[in-house]
Amino acid sequence: MNLQGVGIGRGLAIGPVLRMPDPLPEPADAASESTGDAEKVRVAGALAATAADIRLRGERAGGAAKDVLEAQAFMAEDPTLRDDVDARITAGKTAERAVFEAFASFRDLLTSMGGYMGERATDLNDVSQRVVAHLQGVPAPGVPTPDYPFVLIARDLAPADTALLDLEKVLALVTSDGGPTSHTAILAREKAIVAVVGAPDALKLTDGDTVVVDATTGLVTVSPSAEQIAEAEATMAARAAAAVIPVGPGALADGTSVPLLANLGSVDGADGALDKGAEGVGLFRTEFLFLDSDRAPTVAEQQEKYTQLLTAFAGKKVVVRALDAGADKPLSFLNDEPEENPALGLRGLRALRANETILRDQLTALANADAATNADLWVMAPMVSTVEETRYFTALSHELGLKTAGVMVEVPAAALLADRILADADFASIGTNDLTQYTLAADRLLGSVASFQDPWHPAVLRLVGEVGRAGAALGKPVGICGEAAADPTLAVVLVGLGATTLSMSPAALADVRAELARFTLDQAKEFAEIALSANSAVEARIAVSAAATSLTTITTPTESE
Amino acid sequence: MAERTVTVASAHGLHARPASMFVQAVTASGLPVELTKGDKTLNAASILGVISLGIEHGDEITLRTEGENAETVLDELATFLTTDHDA
Repeated sequence: MNLQGVGIGRGLAIGPVLRMPDPLPEPADAASESTGDAEKVRVAGALAATAADIRLRGERAGGAAKDVLEAQAFMAEDPTLRDDVDARITAGKTAERAVFEAFASFRDLLTSMGGYMGERATDLNDVSQRVVAHLQGVPAPGVPTPDYPFVLIARDLAPADTALLDLEKVLALVTSDGGPTSHTAILAREKAIVAVVGAPDALKLTDGDTVVVDATTGLVTVSPSAEQIAEAEATMAARAAAAVIPVGPGALADGTSVPLLANLGSVDGADGALDKGAEGVGLFRTEFLFLDSDRAPTVAEQQEKYTQLLTAFAGKKVVVRALDAGADKPLSFLNDEPEENPALGLRGLRALRANETILRDQLTALANADAATNADLWVMAPMVSTVEETRYFTALSHELGLKTAGVMVEVPAAALLADRILADADFASIGTNDLTQYTLAADRLLGSVASFQDPWHPAVLRLVGEVGRAGAALGKPVGICGEAAADPTLAVVLVGLGATTLSMSPAALADVRAELARFTLDQAKEFAEIALSANSAVEARIAVSAAATSLTTITTPTESE
Repeated sequence: MAERTVTVASAHGLHARPASMFVQAVTASGLPVELTKGDKTLNAASILGVISLGIEHGDEITLRTEGENAETVLDELATFLTTDHDA
């Protein structure tokens, strides 16, 4: 049996599979058949055992994960919670139901408080599930933690699961649900984990089955033959050898330059990005300076961080995005109003205009840092919808001393009027994640519509093509800084649509660089036409992959000369 | 009954790591310690209770306990709370 899904990156892995246990069903609210005292003893044992188990995992994990797990262990031992559980048992509940209800009532309390307390609700859920699993004598839900390397099979992974993933043990990820922009896929790209997502039959695998996971083809081979294993091992050895070859600038097979840049969320990632051959930064997210804070940082505080960043990338291009708060990353001091549709609300540049002091401070700090360093600093505004917003942002940036000011194209309106937007902006950078969400009208954060969130969709690609055409006509650069640029095949298509630079998680640079080098600009344009003429994201991906494979098969003999 | 009123020094208040370190210290003391913020009083060994009080930097809280070494235990806990563990 083989499984077909969507591969993330170009990795290959061989190993035994382990399935992520399904979340436990809510314990039935049936009358307890055992005495209250016996149930209380069972609960005490389960709470203590769960705390001990969590502490052990914390010791193994170390670092930040250890602190999170230590706090979870205290939750299992919490005397107030224990009193609440006992009171519910006295009232006639079973141990399982009492535990479930007591944790749920604390979870609701924390959720209602929001912020940091709200985030702990997820931790509490995890502890609750573990205690109930212990009472029922079933495996605890969550990522399995065996002492051997394995291929993790799951429906999809939640951020809480991925945070504790032991990358030394997880050889590959295979999911039945979730697309190329699911949490699993994003994590896999960031950490360079071999992954195949959206393989529908993945949950039919049995623990212990051996599989070969090939992200290049999206194919999972179950119970491979000795030859298939040998072939995969040979490919892995060849790739490992290729990885030590020094990295060069991104370019197509015909020499067309396509600078490859890094997406960074903090200054810490700078060295790692440079090691992987990043030719600069295509998207520097500044939210980290503002999150966990109830006020905006001062100009001096920001300037220090920007100076560190620009110093690390001396002589290189660095594109900094102005604060992008709202929707999935709200900031209380920017927008405190609850919104029915936050993705369509006061976010991105809209929120900054409503708080112009914050924007002015940020741009001033950037201009000061620019003056003190010699990187090539560009700034851009998030979520721009109109020509008027473009003029506002570029004028303000130029006024405050920043030479190069552009806009992110994430809203279809901005893509459709790209010729007029780019007449006023110095450059455009396409955020494919939001552009896909807005084009397909599917909330990025909502699992039930995740299948719409695919940047291969011809409607999204047509909008990218509009921006590429406008950029070429006006001689203005058009970058891509969404997850799409990290998909090697799609990266070639994006260049064919007119993207002049690609920015991605540093872990994806090597695969994208290798893929670009295989094709000429004419071939990339041909792939773009093939993708645009497809009816769906899936068709586009299959048609382009087929075209790419047939080209490679023909050119292989000449390459070996 | 021994009692101390202190001002919390940690930059991010009694959240996350400082909260679990505080609960750990209370549990290790072996004494029943009460924590009061405003009009709410609860068991200081309860991490969920401590977190749910939303104790911030600069908040004034009161600790109470009784038993052997009550004064010493409260001195130690007060020192913990008046130290910035996020620094």
